[in-house]
Amino acid sequence: MSNAELAGVDEFSKEEWALVDEAIEKYKGKPGSLIPVLEEIQAVTGYLPESLQRHVARGLDVPLSQVYGVVTFYSFFTMKPRGKHRIRICLGTACHVRGAGRNVDQLKKSLGIDVGECTEDRKFGLEVVRCLGACGLAPVMVVDADTHKQVKEAKLDKILDGYRDEPDAS
Amino acid sequence: MVELTIDKKTVSVKEGTTILEAARRVDVFIPTLCAYEELNHTPGACRVCLVEVDRARSLVASCVYPVAQGMRVRTNTQRVRRARRAVVEFLLSDHPQDCNVCVKSGSCELQAIAELVGVRDVRVDRTDFSTHRIDDSSPALVRDTSKCINCLRCVAVCAEVQGVSLLTPEGRGFDSKVVPAMAADLADSACTYCGQCAVVCPTGAIVERDDTEKVWAALEDPKKHVVVQEAPAIRVQLGEEFGMEPGSLVTGKMIAALRRLGFDRVFDTNFSADLTIMEEGHELLKRVKEGGVLPMTTSCSPGWIKFIEHFYPQLLPNVSTCKSPQQMFGALAKTYYAEFAGIDPKDIFVVSIMPCTAKKYEASRPEMRDSGYRDVDVVLTTRELGRMIRQAGIDFVSLPDETFDAPMGRYTGAATIFGATGGVMEAALRTVYAVVTGEPMPDLNIQPVRGLEGVKEATLEVGELGEVKVAVAHGLANARKLMDQVADGTADYHFIEIMACPGGCVGGGGQPLPVTDEKRAKRAEALYRDDCEVQEFRQSHENPAIKQLYEKFLKEPLGHKSHELLHTHYTQRGV
Ligand code: SF4
Ligand code: SF4
Ligand code: SF4
Ligand code: FES
Repeated sequence: MSNAELAGVDEFSKEEWALVDEAIEKYKGKPGSLIPVLEEIQAVTGYLPESLQRHVARGLDVPLSQVYGVVTFYSFFTMKPRGKHRIRICLGTACHVRGAGRNVDQLKKSLGIDVGECTEDRKFGLEVVRCLGACGLAPVMVVDADTHKQVKEAKLDKILDGYRDEPDAS
Repeated sequence: MVELTIDKKTVSVKEGTTILEAARRVDVFIPTLCAYEELNHTPGACRVCLVEVDRARSLVASCVYPVAQGMRVRTNTQRVRRARRAVVEFLLSDHPQDCNVCVKSGSCELQAIAELVGVRDVRVDRTDFSTHRIDDSSPALVRDTSKCINCLRCVAVCAEVQGVSLLTPEGRGFDSKVVPAMAADLADSACTYCGQCAVVCPTGAIVERDDTEKVWAALEDPKKHVVVQEAPAIRVQLGEEFGMEPGSLVTGKMIAALRRLGFDRVFDTNFSADLTIMEEGHELLKRVKEGGVLPMTTSCSPGWIKFIEHFYPQLLPNVSTCKSPQQMFGALAKTYYAEFAGIDPKDIFVVSIMPCTAKKYEASRPEMRDSGYRDVDVVLTTRELGRMIRQAGIDFVSLPDETFDAPMGRYTGAATIFGATGGVMEAALRTVYAVVTGEPMPDLNIQPVRGLEGVKEATLEVGELGEVKVAVAHGLANARKLMDQVADGTADYHFIEIMACPGGCVGGGGQPLPVTDEKRAKRAEALYRDDCEVQEFRQSHENPAIKQLYEKFLKEPLGHKSHELLHTHYTQRGV
């Protein structure tokens, strides 16, 4: 498939595809280049869907299974798009006792996604983390770089609205 | 050299040797599970091979731990035995308790190890597999990752021996499992269905699809006229299913067993192997004389066909248009034989016994219906036939020798060697030589194309054709080497034989287990014995049943009927 065709079947722009190919070109034929190539590409596209993995496999002339194995082995690679705003809910003991689990359920419901997924409009991605070390503020929710403390279920929507209304930069 | 003691035996080995290798040298037994000698595969994954090394704090995995000067190793202490048992218990905690209903039971290495190390109880929480999904999307193989112990043998064989590299561990840690790329179902992948993964898998995580029930049902259906054909390799491996020595030639017992199972006619794929040589030999001559696409490659190995359709689709014009012997047989059984016997082809049920899992897939290809019906109804592997014979309570070893039925049961030595790598090439050259020069080759044994060397070459003077250059590869990684040359135009061969499996069909995905190169070689030797000691004729064109077939039905090689029934086309698949 040509880049143009690929660009037609998924959401990456021509410019992004050009950067993808640049990364492949740069590392082509060099041993041990799979991980750096994937890193560079994910920095451009945000995630590594099947179409991209096939493209990399073909470009570097390595088996698709190898690309897929590496992508699933390292947790910093993701096959699912990440949301523009990254919501992280702490599920450490302190947060847990103070109702973080209920917050997760509520967010799943209101955003219509599971943990590890992102919303259809790509605005929000939902993750849970072990302990953020802010137990005094439990339950804690972090959106991008902002820490929200003592978050109650009822307050969730309002917090998200603050990110929703923000003008879209792109 | 390094000297060490293992269980008080002194051994001296090269530096870099593992404890396990050193132990084998002095006949000290250490159980293993993930290691696989044939492939030099030691991922150090299972920890079943733990041993005690003096002064080392913890037990070490002997399959990866290198020896050292003066090392003292103990393989059978209380500590070692307990650790082994704990390791296997841990494996079993993440494994369904299915032995009684598992197709691998009896030949399963995990089951055997559990017994060996004396597991009587699993004292850890067991994984719940109630929602687990089995991949039975393919007509050839069934994958059940719940039975996977992550030994990675299948990954190694698929990449290194077959050059397909379909399989990979997915994720990591306890939840890691081996899957096809993108976790695709086999049917949606570039799998060749060669079954080599099933051959090396120690457990029931990859097995052949069991089609024996379909055959039992047909045998019991009074309306069905059930005929059976057996690939050349079956007669030299079926005995192993019943404890006979590898390399036992059991043609007569095989026929007797099939009759006792209730087949109406016992025919032979060797008959259609001779026919393949007639068609393929003439196709080669035609290509050479008329400037057709060369080198021509063989087409009888369905794993090879699927491989080239995925990985070298641009080279499909090089592949002979001849169907495989199995499919030629099927197409003729429901036309030629139907006519001969006066039976409505819709009532004829064709069963094949094959050393191969990919044959199951081949028979299911939509283009394999040239008789107007599905040409081959069911394909069983050698292992499945073994199962049926045991179920029927037949004492295989003491069966008398019986002979094939007419008109599709006669064969020549050229056909029988199809089962070993190089055999099709040798058989084709014998007939091509005779057709071109009008006389048989001075020596019918073409040694350079025999044996287990990965890629073999030969050059032969063939009358007015001059020099004919041929190559033979077995194992798809070896096929890749030749195809890369063909693709970049550096191959000056006329004819190339490819068999998907190492050793050819004697090493097929459906053969009796376990297998080693030694067994493959013994099975091949038995085929060459059948060729030069047992068979009356050794050249396909001498087969009286084939002469009769052309006279009465096909008229001539590459003729109108042949094109209709015996030749086919391929599909560009890509990856
Ligand atoms: S794979 Fe082996 S241990 Fe597992 S259920 Fe089957 S026979 Fe038993
Ligand atoms: S059947 Fe052959 S090609 Fe398919 S996964 Fe197994 S080894 Fe690989
Ligand atoms: S499928 Fe079989 S061969 Fe492959 S890793 Fe699992 S247990 Fe080993
Ligand atoms: S055999 Fe040594 S770790 Fe598996």
